[in-house]
Amino acid sequence: MKYIQEYRKPEIQKRIIEEIQKYGFKLRKKINIMEVCGTHTMAIGKYGIRKVMPENINLISGPGCPVCVTPSNYMDKAIELSKIKDVILTTFGDMMKVPGSYSSLERERSKGSKIFVVYSPFDALQIAEKNKSKKIIFLSVGFETTTPSIAQTLKIAKAKKIENFFILCGNKIMPPTMEFLLKEKDTEIDGFICPGHVSTVIGTEPYKKIVEKYNIPCVISGFEPVDILYTIYLILKCIIEGKAEVINEYKRTVREKGNPKAREVINEVFDLCDTEWRGIGLIENSGFKLKEEFSQFDAERKFKINITYSKEKTGCICGEILKGKKKPFDCPLFEKVCNPENPLGPCMVSSEGTCAAYYKYEKR
Amino acid sequence: MQHITNMKKDKILISHGSGGKLMYSLIENIFLKNFKNEIIEKLTDSAVIEFDEFELCFTTDSYTVDPIFFNGGDIGKLSICGTINDLSVMGAIPLYLSSGFIIEEGFDMDLLEKITKSMKKISDITRVKIVTGDTKVVEKGKVDKIFINTSGIGIKDKNLKIGIENIKVGDVVIINGSIGEHGLAVLLSRNIFNIKSNIKSDCAPLNKLINEIIEIGGIKFMRDPTRGGVSATLNEIVKNQKFGILIYEDKIPIKKEVLSMCEILGFDPLNIANEGKVIVICEKKVSEKIIEKMKKNKYGKDAKIIGEIVKEPEGKVILKTITGSIRIVDAPIGEQFPRIC
Repeated sequence: MKYIQEYRKPEIQKRIIEEIQKYGFKLRKKINIMEVCGTHTMAIGKYGIRKVMPENINLISGPGCPVCVTPSNYMDKAIELSKIKDVILTTFGDMMKVPGSYSSLERERSKGSKIFVVYSPFDALQIAEKNKSKKIIFLSVGFETTTPSIAQTLKIAKAKKIENFFILCGNKIMPPTMEFLLKEKDTEIDGFICPGHVSTVIGTEPYKKIVEKYNIPCVISGFEPVDILYTIYLILKCIIEGKAEVINEYKRTVREKGNPKAREVINEVFDLCDTEWRGIGLIENSGFKLKEEFSQFDAERKFKINITYSKEKTGCICGEILKGKKKPFDCPLFEKVCNPENPLGPCMVSSEGTCAAYYKYEKR
Repeated sequence: MQHITNMKKDKILISHGSGGKLMYSLIENIFLKNFKNEIIEKLTDSAVIEFDEFELCFTTDSYTVDPIFFNGGDIGKLSICGTINDLSVMGAIPLYLSSGFIIEEGFDMDLLEKITKSMKKISDITRVKIVTGDTKVVEKGKVDKIFINTSGIGIKDKNLKIGIENIKVGDVVIINGSIGEHGLAVLLSRNIFNIKSNIKSDCAPLNKLINEIIEIGGIKFMRDPTRGGVSATLNEIVKNQKFGILIYEDKIPIKKEVLSMCEILGFDPLNIANEGKVIVICEKKVSEKIIEKMKKNKYGKDAKIIGEIVKEPEGKVILKTITGSIRIVDAPIGEQFPRIC
């Protein structure tokens, strides 16, 4: 139980909350602090952290959930792939309900498509080894945390000369998107709660650029309530002292240099490319594509699917929510029309989406 | 947008059987619509049929758990405990059970005997007899190994008033022990995560424990938090009511291993199924006596008061978090993990 109970102690939380209250009073003006990790979004909801903040400290959720930012077009491709004879689609469970333009994987499975939920890309590779007559496609989504295990899986597949395993690549990286949000005219972000898991891989370096260029504090945070509260305290302290720096609150896991080995594996298999984020748009150098040496695993290239009908849902403000400009309560569809049983937007469909978190923990 | 709404209606999804909100919409829109009568529409754990001298409680449940043997139990034990508990939480004394088997061609006779013995063991302990049965064998692949259905009847004292309508603001919420063990034990027995753990299913017959606390009096309502866990059960209780339920995060009994495993796998223990737990809502003045009584029973050693009935927010379950804040506890939706019972 080490590292859980210690970071949940009510008396420590109480003390930090009191300090945050004092800072809130001192600052007087409105401060927007953004988290860009779905697990932070959920933890803030789960412990009710938003409700213990001073009125002028506003916690906003950025595009921190890889499922939420996967565009309709990607889901449409996945659905088309699942209909091909002899294809077994393998995916993380969260993708099952994500709406494409006209259907979802959950619906296709009930119609007879072979779709298996896996917990690791290695499991998908094992399915490929056991089913040589089938073609196994893994839906490859996720940020820097998930990407190394996918890269490693492909390296193994290559070494073992496995020819019936493919991925539909939709992997993304976080820092360019944080910068993109800061450049947006009407977003006002005063500090970032930086993603703990992503940072275990990328380390502290990528945030230094953001701090220097935009002069705002970036604090890498763990996921327990004491972590998150202390991170908020550190951000407010920076603002009050007029400093902007990268602070690593999650030292028990995140090294300054991150995990060079994991990055090396990524670089062996993937190249950076421009990619589309649902609700936000195309962001330069924010995604991964397979290197030429690994293109044999590219499902898009192998199966030559051509999707022309993709469209994003109308009336949903997920895009504005992902940018932190609006809150789920501002959306006319929230709760009444769009809810976890019947999710319309991506922020509701993923269990770590901003709307799902608000619905689950904060709905009125 | 319309197509998304309709898609839920064309085919049965795994989520329709998960004990969450989707299952309730299925019950309302298909079963209740067609079967509607004054008994079934109450949607209680057992049907209550009134006679002059007593009330007859009647219930049925099918078991499809995968794997059929798991840490702490098997499909046979589960099929007897589950039905006994459904009768007991109504305040009834369970008397007789039926057992229906649907078996896949090629199933091992040894295993069938093992499952049957385990059913017999619980039947002996609880003195609830299995008095009728049915067997069907289907072609290989048409059913996964073995499915069991059990129905049960019990009788209830007419003067015993147990029902949601009796609940009042100020009443207390009790649970007889730690939560989340059954769902995790079954899931981990599938070996999909390659994690070794000692978590055992809490699968147990609760008729004796419930009978003992009923004698104390002051019990307003009981329900066993199976699929969907404590959060689903508490949400069922407050639905459309003029009261809410407040529970305290630091009071909910959870074993260390369960908490750690939930951290690793990303589950909320409140949403995980139990098979040997009962939520009791009672008058505050009898709560300590009930806890004391429960603690003397082997299935109630870790009994605790976990919350209270509050005036507001109406129809909602709220949690006082360890951060000292308040948040909503919603019923889980859709597929948690299928075939855990």
